[in-house]
Amino acid sequence: MAAVNILTATGVSKRFGGLLAVDDVDLEIPQGRIRALIGPNGAGKSTLVGLLSGRIPATAGRIFFDGAEITALPAHRRVGLGIAYTFQITSIFGKLSLKENVALAVRRRLKASEKDVEAEVMDSLEKVELAGRADETAGDLSYGHQRLLEIAMGISQKPRLLILDEPTQGLADIEIERFNALIRALAAESTILLIEHNMDVVMETADEITVLDFGRVLAEGTPEEIRADKAVQAAYLGSG
Amino acid sequence: MAASMKSLVLHAGVVALILALQFVLPEYHHGILARTLVLAIFAMSYNLTFGYTGLLSLGHALFFAAGMYGMGLGVVHLGLPSLAAVVFGVVCAGFVAAVIGFLALRTAGVALMIVTLMFAQAGWYLILYFGKWTRGDEGFVIAREHRQILGIDLADSNARYVVAALVFGAVLIAMLKLVESRFGKVLVAIRENDERARMLGYDVSAYKLGAMVLSGAMAGLAGAAYGIMFGYVGATFASVQYSILPLLWVLLGGAGTVLGPLVGTLFMTYLIDKLSEYTHAYMLFAGLILVLLTLFARQGIMGEVRRRIVSWLP
Amino acid sequence: MEIGPNLVLAVLEGALAAAVLTLTAVGLSLVFGVMRVVNVAHGQFFMLGAVLAWTVAHYVGVNPTVGFVAALLVAPLLVGSLAVAADVLVLKRIEYDPENTIVATIGMLYIIQQAALMRFGPDARPVEAPFNHRIAIPWFEYTDKGFSLYWPWGLGTTSYKLAVIGFAILILIALWLFLSRTRAGLIMRATQQDREIAQAFGMPVGRVNALVFGLGAGLAALGAVLIVPIRQAHYLMGDEPLLLSFIVVIIGGLGSLAGTVVAAILIGMSDSIISIFFSPTLAKVVSTLLVAFVLIFRPQGLFGKRA
Repeated sequence: MAAVNILTATGVSKRFGGLLAVDDVDLEIPQGRIRALIGPNGAGKSTLVGLLSGRIPATAGRIFFDGAEITALPAHRRVGLGIAYTFQITSIFGKLSLKENVALAVRRRLKASEKDVEAEVMDSLEKVELAGRADETAGDLSYGHQRLLEIAMGISQKPRLLILDEPTQGLADIEIERFNALIRALAAESTILLIEHNMDVVMETADEITVLDFGRVLAEGTPEEIRADKAVQAAYLGSG
Repeated sequence: MAASMKSLVLHAGVVALILALQFVLPEYHHGILARTLVLAIFAMSYNLTFGYTGLLSLGHALFFAAGMYGMGLGVVHLGLPSLAAVVFGVVCAGFVAAVIGFLALRTAGVALMIVTLMFAQAGWYLILYFGKWTRGDEGFVIAREHRQILGIDLADSNARYVVAALVFGAVLIAMLKLVESRFGKVLVAIRENDERARMLGYDVSAYKLGAMVLSGAMAGLAGAAYGIMFGYVGATFASVQYSILPLLWVLLGGAGTVLGPLVGTLFMTYLIDKLSEYTHAYMLFAGLILVLLTLFARQGIMGEVRRRIVSWLP
Repeated sequence: MEIGPNLVLAVLEGALAAAVLTLTAVGLSLVFGVMRVVNVAHGQFFMLGAVLAWTVAHYVGVNPTVGFVAALLVAPLLVGSLAVAADVLVLKRIEYDPENTIVATIGMLYIIQQAALMRFGPDARPVEAPFNHRIAIPWFEYTDKGFSLYWPWGLGTTSYKLAVIGFAILILIALWLFLSRTRAGLIMRATQQDREIAQAFGMPVGRVNALVFGLGAGLAALGAVLIVPIRQAHYLMGDEPLLLSFIVVIIGGLGSLAGTVVAAILIGMSDSIISIFFSPTLAKVVSTLLVAFVLIFRPQGLFGKRA
């Protein structure tokens, strides 16, 4: 049985003045899978997910989500359709409590009483093991914990596609282990697209890997295939 | 007691206190306090955009004046009955806010400040330019017979006080409910991190415009009420001073708190009243307070109270 | 007067207004370019220049020329120093946070304006120009004898007004030389381009800020001293230059000095022309709406770069 693609991008490009940051990228992500997006610095990974999430308007190409075209849809509408997004540089509501941070994420999808919202909030916070600190101010958290909070905000939206931009950066090893377990558990409900530099995380969690270099897709395949790919090795280590 | 019940009791209590004050205060103060209460509504409208949504507008005088002139021109040129004229004023102000908001909110930060200032200035110059109808700088008076609403004579200082207190009270409670509602919480999120709010799925542009229109209508209500209660409509109320005063009141009282605007307006109005007995240059103290606030107390009075003492204060 | 002479008069008056406006607006533009600060009190520095000019001329007494020259030297220096103090005492302490700075400079606006009201009073006071010869300007008329010159009554300028235009041009050239040829000017331009790199290179950004703020204020005061023999000093005279300077800086493009100069000439001229042919109020309506729409639809102005 062929997997249904939850996200399809065809010929997607982004030009910033003279720079072609994303160059004619085709991407198909089947539902329920964990897809990792890797590549050297400056390869265009964050720009690409920016295009997919709608944060950045595309110069060319088309994007489809769940079968419907979303190319012209503004970011907030795409989120409404079920795409959740975490930022590469943590972006939370620093002066609000952890509870309120997640509550804002929940309330958009759940038009329920504050009690029900709170139940969902605590559920998400528990998954990232921050429930005990729910009433603290988000800005007081360590950087790593702020990233976990942002992930909680992402999962509390119960998204169909969760896009994570370098989620483990700043996390301690033990936190990374828990993160891997969390991701694998989440994959049951959501499709996951994550940008990662940490190869251990990628090899541990990803079903497929897409490699970007200079804005183009360099290679695509299972972790074993990518590990063995000469072109990928050259891109990371430099040729010659 | 649940948090929202505590807040409601506190704010309703403040309104009750204000109503009770009329029996304690000498006659002279009824006029000043009534005026202050109407201006506090204006301050609350500014708090909605600046304090809660984080939009620094320097053009709110335009909305205040739109309400005032909508009411005044409605009475004098369109022959509207008083209550209808006030409603007309509010609608005019809301409409102006919608148009200005639609254009101005395409910018942000410093640019937004300048754009709103420019639109307000253009409005002021237009009022002067069309002096044939607006009587320009001189303004015009609303005759006593047009200042009757639902049988109440607003020219009577006691009746006026009660009406001012009730309208203020209604707006205060409405603000409280708004701030505690889902809509209010999204505004706060937008103020704190509007990009994050966008990526949580909120239509940030629509919320900002909504806040602007609501704020404009509220400012228009204050303007229309001011005009009809005190019987005068004039171009001063469209000048840049009336865009800066609400900023001053809100900053001093505490931006982003519900009671802040009242506190700031009360404080400054009485201070200026006292100072103007000694010097023409009383705005110097307004300037001094603004500078001191930015240096030492950005949170304002109620903001500091919330930070240090009463953390549940909305 | 017919259209022709009226237009010549409008252009002359416009050139004068543009000259003074250029000085004032360049001051504002420098401050925004280097410090990224919107100084709402800029118009008050202008007003202070005029008020101090009257004070100095009044106390030097004797000879209008000596009094004026003294004012020309003293007033911009005093105003510049006050601005430096304001930067060090307030703006630096609030770390140039954009919104806070606007609020603080609004406060400064009222402090300076009302202090002037208290000490200088509400009346307009004249200052005598150092020299003032009337220069009549001829215009053509077509008669049956062909083209001939005549001198329309009311069409003329004064030697002083022409001198102001010339002097303003000299100051602008001097400023340009300062910015492009001297070390201090280079540091200012570097800080404007990229403040972080400038700091990394050890440039004294803090001192640069204070100096630029002082220079900006001094330029405005200088413009005011030049115009005060024509306009008279009054405590409210800072409001219009502020508005016009804002218009110029925004339309010219924030941070672009060339843009500021071009825009100042355009705005100074058109404001004058519209005021003479239509009405000053209408000119203001057009100007304010123009600024708003430029900011909304073309925020980089004429010459600025897209942020």
